[in-house]
Amino acid sequence: MAKIEINTERCKGCGLCVTVCSQKRLFIGETINRSGYTVVQQTDDSDTCTGCAFCAQICPDVVFTVYK
Amino acid sequence: MEAVFKRPESLTDIPTHFCPGCHHGIIHRLVAECIDEFGIREKIIGVASVGCSVFLYDYFLIDVLEAPHGRAPAVATGVKRANPNAFVFTYQGDGDLAAIGTSEIIHAANRGEKLTVIFVNNTVFGMTGGQMAPTTLPDQETTTTPYGRDVETAGFPIRMAEIMERLDGTKFVARTAVNTPKNIIKSKKILRRAFEVQLNNEGFAFVEFLSSCPTNWKMNAQKANQRIQDVMIPYFPLNIFKGALN
Amino acid sequence: MTDIELVKGNESIAMGAIEAGCRFYFGYPITPQNDIPEYMSRHLPKCGGVFIQAESEIASINMLMGAGATGARAMTSSSSPGISLKQEGISYMCGSQIPGVIVNMSRSGPGLGGISPSQGDYFQATRGGGHGDYRTIVLAPSSVQENYDLTMHAFDLADKYRNPVIILGDALLGNIKEPLRRHKYIPKTFEKNWILTGAQGRSPRRLKSLYLSEGELTEHNWMLHRNYQEMTKEILYETQWMDDAKLVVVAFGSVARIIKTSVSMAREQGMAVGLFRPITLYPFPYKQLLDISETIHHFMAVELNTGQMVEDVKLSVGHRKNRVDFYGRPPGSIPSPDELFEEIQKVYCLP
Repeated sequence: MAKIEINTERCKGCGLCVTVCSQKRLFIGETINRSGYTVVQQTDDSDTCTGCAFCAQICPDVVFTVYK
Repeated sequence: MEAVFKRPESLTDIPTHFCPGCHHGIIHRLVAECIDEFGIREKIIGVASVGCSVFLYDYFLIDVLEAPHGRAPAVATGVKRANPNAFVFTYQGDGDLAAIGTSEIIHAANRGEKLTVIFVNNTVFGMTGGQMAPTTLPDQETTTTPYGRDVETAGFPIRMAEIMERLDGTKFVARTAVNTPKNIIKSKKILRRAFEVQLNNEGFAFVEFLSSCPTNWKMNAQKANQRIQDVMIPYFPLNIFKGALN
Repeated sequence: MTDIELVKGNESIAMGAIEAGCRFYFGYPITPQNDIPEYMSRHLPKCGGVFIQAESEIASINMLMGAGATGARAMTSSSSPGISLKQEGISYMCGSQIPGVIVNMSRSGPGLGGISPSQGDYFQATRGGGHGDYRTIVLAPSSVQENYDLTMHAFDLADKYRNPVIILGDALLGNIKEPLRRHKYIPKTFEKNWILTGAQGRSPRRLKSLYLSEGELTEHNWMLHRNYQEMTKEILYETQWMDDAKLVVVAFGSVARIIKTSVSMAREQGMAVGLFRPITLYPFPYKQLLDISETIHHFMAVELNTGQMVEDVKLSVGHRKNRVDFYGRPPGSIPSPDELFEEIQKVYCLP
């Protein structure tokens, strides 16, 4: 079991995390943060997260915290 | 469950000004992780260069001295010689290090200064709006090579890691990239070694990071990462040119 | 420490620096100041100091900035063309408020020029040859003893004002040999709560000159400006034969040495000539000259250039009933006392 937390206020919507998530559970949705970026969101099925932290590795803005 | 990945303590909370997808953010994190892991935050004097990365002092909880464009290796030499117990690193872009600062980097390396140099190569001048840099690739369009870099008139991209490797004064020289999780994990090991080389007083360490510049490459972050894989790495091969990870 | 030695001018500067606690020197070869790096390369290692012959004058001013940022006493030296290369670094040191001592043993210019004595760098030193509103304290020695004393003093001023200090000598003051009485440096304490040491047990510090948000750099510049005005407390000058003077010759550095002979020749001929020698070129002794013009209304600036310090003399006394004459000898030849005596004679009787 693993899960991630996203500090969406820091996200700039670059989408790199979406490209590396092996479980395809990240997407850039409609939600906009204070800086006006459309931010990354998780799909609901949180149990598919493996905790590989690839999203966190590639994020230039260090928005992810990964728990395992 | 406990956190297996979290924000490094040496990074401040200030959101970075870097463009979405810019690799400076990733490299900053790797540097901060090394600082945390070696427990040296309170021993560091960072030397910032002039370029997108000039705001080192806003993003790291360390003492920072801002050097004139291209002169960070000389400034860092003065700092390290005056305070050998401090951990001193420079963080420079390709315009700073490989254009105006070539003399300083070559001679600091050749003197074997006990420094760690983080060199970010994104093939353009970022902060000033995307002009040609010494590492701009042949035929690459920039705001000052609108018809593509013509090597006949604008010369060839400079491979700094290979030059550093040729200087006897250097101890550890590597080129790496942060465009894929795999490369990022490898980069972390390389950067740790570059820190270690200074902490063990072994000598001069140089790490060249290939980096994206989505805004000035006029690509989204993902295409920019792809360009690194397809276009940059063939010209700037990833390698540990001198020294080893041990 | 009190015996007298025959010492070369360049070396007396290096001696004064080491005595003042300078333990870091960064330099580059250029005539006529080579004895300084050479002396430092022999003596700094003996007292636990660091000597680096840098790859350029640009690199050496930046090494100075790095060492100074840690609170260390550091120095660089060069001559005119090399000092031109250091201007950007000097501007950065002023903008970041980093102390350091910079020695210019000037040579004739412009361009490659020559290696003979010159005062052609007066403007560059006193107005700042780099970008932005900044000043550096400029000390002008006129003897081997003053080379030694003023270099030592420069380190205190640099620390006191957190600003680079320039020693403005020239080929003559570097190459002559004269008796020197060395003396013990008396350490003083200066505020060091700004130096970079690694953020141990305190919040991180930064030394920078980049200020981008609206109004921030304006405030920073006003703060620097107030510091430059404070420096007027450090004005130094020498006067001689002023009591009966009707004409005051104003000269500094190497010209002041030569013209002392010319003035005494004039006085032997009954001419009431006095001498005013600025030692700090910045801050310039404007007020002190002005006070003198209450009673004496005729001044003559004499320089090894085509007219630079004369502008400061005019700024001070060049109005109302005062007359300011000027004799300039562009660098490339050295005037003899007789030649300068004749120049004094030409203007002495003028109304």
